[in-house]
Amino acid sequence: MKELLLVLIGSALVNNVVLSQFLGLCPFLGVSKQVKTAASMGGAVIFVITIASAVASLIYDFILVPADLKYLQTIVFILVIAALVQTVEMFLKKTSPGLYQALGVYLPLITTNCAVLGVALTNVQKEYVAAKMGAMGFVTSVVNGFATAVGFTVAIVLLAGIRERIAHNDIPKPFQGAPIVLLTACLMAIAFFGFSGLI
Amino acid sequence: MSKYTERIYNGIVKENPTFILMLGMCPTLAVTTSAFNGMGMGLSTMVVLVASNLLISMLRRIIPDKVRIPAYIVVVATLVTVVQLLIQAFIPALYDALGLYIPLIVVNCIILGRAESYASKNPPVVSACDGIGMGLGFTLALTLIGFFRELIGAGTILSGTPLAVTLPEIYEPIAIFVLAPGAFLVLALIIATLNALHIKNNGNKKVEGCDGNCASCSGLSRCLSEQEKQGVE
Repeated sequence: MKELLLVLIGSALVNNVVLSQFLGLCPFLGVSKQVKTAASMGGAVIFVITIASAVASLIYDFILVPADLKYLQTIVFILVIAALVQTVEMFLKKTSPGLYQALGVYLPLITTNCAVLGVALTNVQKEYVAAKMGAMGFVTSVVNGFATAVGFTVAIVLLAGIRERIAHNDIPKPFQGAPIVLLTACLMAIAFFGFSGLI
Repeated sequence: MSKYTERIYNGIVKENPTFILMLGMCPTLAVTTSAFNGMGMGLSTMVVLVASNLLISMLRRIIPDKVRIPAYIVVVATLVTVVQLLIQAFIPALYDALGLYIPLIVVNCIILGRAESYASKNPPVVSACDGIGMGLGFTLALTLIGFFRELIGAGTILSGTPLAVTLPEIYEPIAIFVLAPGAFLVLALIIATLNALHIKNNGNKKVEGCDGNCASCSGLSRCLSEQEKQGVE
């Protein structure tokens, strides 16, 4: 249990996926104008990354390792993720229209979110795999995926909150647009350093 | 200017993928802790970009329209795996420095973006030149960011290369520049400088290009996925 809690806090706060790993920056900068849309995006990311890391972990342990095809992991993971996002979208459309309404637009965007592929590859790199940890490998992979996505959501919602305030301020012309957002992200990254003492 | 050199100029200056289009932000910020790492990442991406543009352009009449995005992804992912294995075998130092970000070249929006918007509509040689131009633009941008971060954050110039210079000890390095926040700060300042120059040259005209929402990037992925969806249904 203790290890899982450490993975959870480590991935969500200490090694925040956006602010210290630099994964998923496109949605982080692109869909962070309003808190509401940012939160929906975060929800969709949590949903997809958790499922994707579970599926990727199973495929790695039960297909790639026994068949000795580890070097194909990048190709396999990206295809699985793309197919998975499509499936999840169709499944939601049929079974839960409410959830589909809330997440719908954001789901396709996630295929190209490098955080999803990033988590799948990190899980393998950190050896959360069956060969090393048995069944715990799968559980740890899922927890790590979930925590990473929560970290993403925290960061994007915070940024959106700040950007809503910035929108009404008088910013020097050269800094309008991308630079002020990047500066905000810089300050947030410094703030998130505060968490590094946690573990 | 012939159309080949025009493509290269376009990629480096007019449509620089990092500073103008703001594509491929993840590797841009993540690996630019030194000029050498930035250049390594830029060149790896360029190799993949040129090869994928060339291949996709040659296959553009064979790949059915409906499944073209998955087909592009397979081509790009294969090339990335090849490049990854080559770097691991021949430049292990770079492999350790770039780590996770080498396989992540697959999801670099520059590559899929050029495949979709250029290589799928143009003949192979021009497409390869487009790849060279975009790749060089990306490499230059990454090297520039890496240069500044390394200079301020570690007090060295071009470390890891034969030209390495270390600043005299009087200079106290500001370590935050090689850490995560420094990446955001340096990129923000470079873009602000370019904006300032642009405003100066063009009077009070509105600053063109990205309006800070990375529109080209998420817009692109969205339109790609929508097309993909139509293809599946």
